[in-house]
Amino acid sequence: MADVAIETHQLGKRYTLGVKSAGYGTLREAIVEAAQRPFRRGQNKAKREGDELWALKDLSMTIRSGEVVGLIGHNGAGKSTLLKMLSRITEPSAGYADVSGRVGSLLEVGTGFHPELTGRENIFLNGAILGMRRAEIRARFDEIVEFAEMERFLDTPVKRYSSGMSVRLAFAVAAHLEPEILLVDEVLAVGDASFQRKSLGKMNEVAKEGRTVVFVSHNLAIIQALCHRGILLERGQVQADAPIVEAIDSYLRTLERAASDDLLERTDRDSRSYDETLVRHLEIRDASGGHPNAVVAGRAATIAVEVTEHLPKMECQLTIVNSLGQPICTLDSEMSAPVDVRNSDAGTRLECHIDSLPLLPGRYRIDVLVKGKRHIQDGLQAAAFFDVEPGVVGDRPVAAEADGDIALPHSWRLPA
Amino acid sequence: MLPHLEPTTPAVETIRLQPTSGFSRVLAPRELWRYRDLAGQIALRDITVRYRQTALGGAWAVLQPIGFMVVFSLIFGNVAGLSSNGLPYPLFSLAALVPWTFFSTALLLGSDSLVSNSALVSKIYFPRIFMPAGVIVAGFVDLSISFAILMIIVLAWGFVPSIAILTIPLLVAIAVAAALGTTAALSAINVRYRDVRYVVPFAIQMWLFATPIVYPSSQIDEPWRTLSAINPMVGVVEGFRWATLGTGNAPWDLIGISALAAVGILLAGLAYFDRVERAFADFV
Repeated sequence: MADVAIETHQLGKRYTLGVKSAGYGTLREAIVEAAQRPFRRGQNKAKREGDELWALKDLSMTIRSGEVVGLIGHNGAGKSTLLKMLSRITEPSAGYADVSGRVGSLLEVGTGFHPELTGRENIFLNGAILGMRRAEIRARFDEIVEFAEMERFLDTPVKRYSSGMSVRLAFAVAAHLEPEILLVDEVLAVGDASFQRKSLGKMNEVAKEGRTVVFVSHNLAIIQALCHRGILLERGQVQADAPIVEAIDSYLRTLERAASDDLLERTDRDSRSYDETLVRHLEIRDASGGHPNAVVAGRAATIAVEVTEHLPKMECQLTIVNSLGQPICTLDSEMSAPVDVRNSDAGTRLECHIDSLPLLPGRYRIDVLVKGKRHIQDGLQAAAFFDVEPGVVGDRPVAAEADGDIALPHSWRLPA
Repeated sequence: MLPHLEPTTPAVETIRLQPTSGFSRVLAPRELWRYRDLAGQIALRDITVRYRQTALGGAWAVLQPIGFMVVFSLIFGNVAGLSSNGLPYPLFSLAALVPWTFFSTALLLGSDSLVSNSALVSKIYFPRIFMPAGVIVAGFVDLSISFAILMIIVLAWGFVPSIAILTIPLLVAIAVAAALGTTAALSAINVRYRDVRYVVPFAIQMWLFATPIVYPSSQIDEPWRTLSAINPMVGVVEGFRWATLGTGNAPWDLIGISALAAVGILLAGLAYFDRVERAFADFV
């Protein structure tokens, strides 16, 4: 086996901004454009360069075979672009990457499932899509079916599967791939808890078999558990390349720096956003006042979200995430309750009130998603960081060094 | 039970990924060979899916040309009284409709193949030419069925095909080359400009009348008759009539010109596809 699995040299990917409109442009526009081109040569050159965006630039790194590398960074830092280039979906615009060995990519589980085909037919199709030889799929067919736990539904068209079933089948096919290099992008968030555990175990096994794995996930705990080395990307460049714990640390520091900036200046917004209204500011405050983003366990707290524009039917979803990137709970205004207060001519501020904050002391962050007019309007990870100070939950003091994240109000009985 | 054999690991190969230019993608036989299993699976999928959840299934392969045959015989054969070179009009038109249906279906489905598989194109690497090519390969099944029906009708009518029937594979090859070249170009344009979706059904109608399907090419004055064969389907259609009905003179002039035209279309289509293929994932 070659010693070096992936070597990139000043790798870059350039996108032309306004690609969206170009992608759906009509022939008429193209004809008009072509007709105008001779008259514009030269004068537009400067402007054209200004419209370019380097999603990845001057990226040089070496990944040795057998290494398990975690790729971390904000949305839009270039992680997915790098994976797409390594899996040959898109071509680099500059530099090169030498890839030794077969590359299997789990960029999205279940890509290429055809709803009209049966589970059995889809296993072969999907296997081929992921780069497996037909003989290989046949040899591992029983294993795949067993892993997915769906012997009985093999000859049922996939369109009649529940979403959980198709995800299980898709992951099973993908997990039995045997490429030299495996690219994984956020696939472990599939299926129910027990299947997730199984998938994680499988990934762990793959990582231990000496295969080269490049991993992208927002779940830092999973990354930390699986990878040895972390590469932190920021704005298309390598910000840190270090043992995984150090890389995660620098990532968390950049997250905090971003949170303290003006949120409107952030560029790593949710890609599904409609952008009619944007999150301007987000903070959590203790009911008794005090500093923003410093709260006490067990006390009342209010999370306030300021947006730029009021939209009808505006909803807000807040996710509290621990320092390892694991979501702890979601507060969603769409799941309305009788205690909610809604004002028909509301302004640009949304408040979420928590009677007694059930969190253990530590550092947390809040991810926010704002919806309105039935679209996702804006989304930001790590819109704010906050510290929970030791306090009293349900009349019981909570210790700073307790395990876990949740402080559950409870009581003990010692029956006679 | 066979012992479980460890798959032999192929020698590790290093591939350099870098900006490419020129015609290096479609015309790379090694690359196509490497992904041959996927090509097979895609074609198999297109075949399996085509008539799933249809009540009549594969019968559609036959109903379409037969339906056109009936309509054309009534309108053009009886009412308009178009010449059919002395042949029974239904046979005259069906022999042309069988290859034509293969060609037009390939155009219709193939030109949309990259867009309708955008999930695959944007997430997985494979030589993209497999998408339009898979549609054409899947069309062979329909072609075989409708060809069998054509032969049954021809024999039932009392015609006996001559040795000329051996040219059918050549004629099909011309149709495949023309279809692949055209769909490669159309599917690639479709990625950028969805106008193709609206143009193709219309263009197919026009093309049908530009091809001697409802009329014989002998009705056209020279030199236009010979020149018209730069439409590759002219040679294919006239060739099919000659080969299956066993009558008339061999239209070698038309077949020859059409074959050259088809090769030209194939090369031009693939070259264009190759040029734009690298950007598909960014646009689809």
